[in-house]
Amino acid sequence: MGEISLKLNGKLETKDVADNTLLIDFIREHVGLTGTHVGCDTSQCGACVIHLDGVSVKACTMLAKQAEGSEIVTIEGLADGDELHPMQQAFHENHGLQCGFCTPGMVMSAVEMVTKNKNISEDEIRKGLEGNICRCTGYHNIVQSVKAGAAKMGG
Amino acid sequence: MYSTKYIKPNSTSEALEAVKSMGEGKFLAGGMTLIPTLKQRLASPDGLVDISGCDLDSISDEGDAIKIGAMTKHASVAESDLVKKAVPALAKLADGIGDRQVRNRGTLGGSVANNDPSACYPSAVLALKAIVHTNTRSIEADEFFTGMFETALEENEMIEAISFSKPTKANYVKFPNPASRYAMVGVFVAQFNDGVRVAVTGAGEGGVFRHAEMEAALSSNYNADALSALEISSEGLISDLHASPEYRANLIKEMTKRAVV
Repeated sequence: MGEISLKLNGKLETKDVADNTLLIDFIREHVGLTGTHVGCDTSQCGACVIHLDGVSVKACTMLAKQAEGSEIVTIEGLADGDELHPMQQAFHENHGLQCGFCTPGMVMSAVEMVTKNKNISEDEIRKGLEGNICRCTGYHNIVQSVKAGAAKMGG
Repeated sequence: MYSTKYIKPNSTSEALEAVKSMGEGKFLAGGMTLIPTLKQRLASPDGLVDISGCDLDSISDEGDAIKIGAMTKHASVAESDLVKKAVPALAKLADGIGDRQVRNRGTLGGSVANNDPSACYPSAVLALKAIVHTNTRSIEADEFFTGMFETALEENEMIEAISFSKPTKANYVKFPNPASRYAMVGVFVAQFNDGVRVAVTGAGEGGVFRHAEMEAALSSNYNADALSALEISSEGLISDLHASPEYRANLIKEMTKRAVV
């Protein structure tokens, strides 16, 4: 056990965690933010993607202690009050989801890749989403959503 | 998740002390293999020593070589202007490992120390005559990889950096498993003034290996046609649910041809 402190969606969280607590369990169980999902728990599906100091990572494949002192943004941290983030709005408008389970990871992954590359091409979007699996196979609308989101984000 | 201790020292000397103080300690680099391994209880270390605070994340130009710190992430290698200019094939390799999230965490040292038979980096280490610098010595690539998941590293020996020789020409082409993106076969071809080196990953039962016949053929004629007459043996190649040894043998030739441009 030991104490860790990190910033989660702009709020400082200080909690006692076991050394083997996964970051995803810290976010979901200790802090209670359940928007970030656990799909495969084997680093393959990307439902647990969050931003760690600005880069996208899979929260199921990190220890909470490895994130000590970092700044984390989860899907709950994107919207500004009732106003959705442009990427969330784009997923909404383009029906970029079917069952919705993979959506938090898809949106977090999309926001990072568009932030780094404003004029992103469809090929780059598809390559960039390699780490996110949609078991409904709704990729077509997801790719359209990311394109639309990129345009809203100033691409 | 396997129950274990975690410690994050601030220097390599503290990290070495920490790992020695544990019965069976393990260095934790990016954790892209080690954490899933612990979840499946395929490893049971007494403790993890996180070396991300040990200042091993750097890329420098050493004249004839590019030196990359062990904790440098795949994404950093892929985006490095220095690597892209000196050894573009190495940047291309790093950009094709796993997926974006894996590249944002996974490290050079972690990949090479693990020596997964389907990992991409070991082929670059072998083909680019790399030197593996540890806390105690420098190991030549030809001496480093000793078998599937096995290396010349001693217990509690830590990779600090790897120097890759600059080739006159190089390329890496892999046939990725469509699901995992691991190489079913990956071939790194590097041309130097004294000859061509060809390293094959993803295919060998003993892990990454050099292909003497293809090296000889390409050293005398650096052209894909020089490989046409070669019969690639399937002896010692991996047989699993993804591909037979014969299919892998065919992929070795095909990937090498595509790499020679």
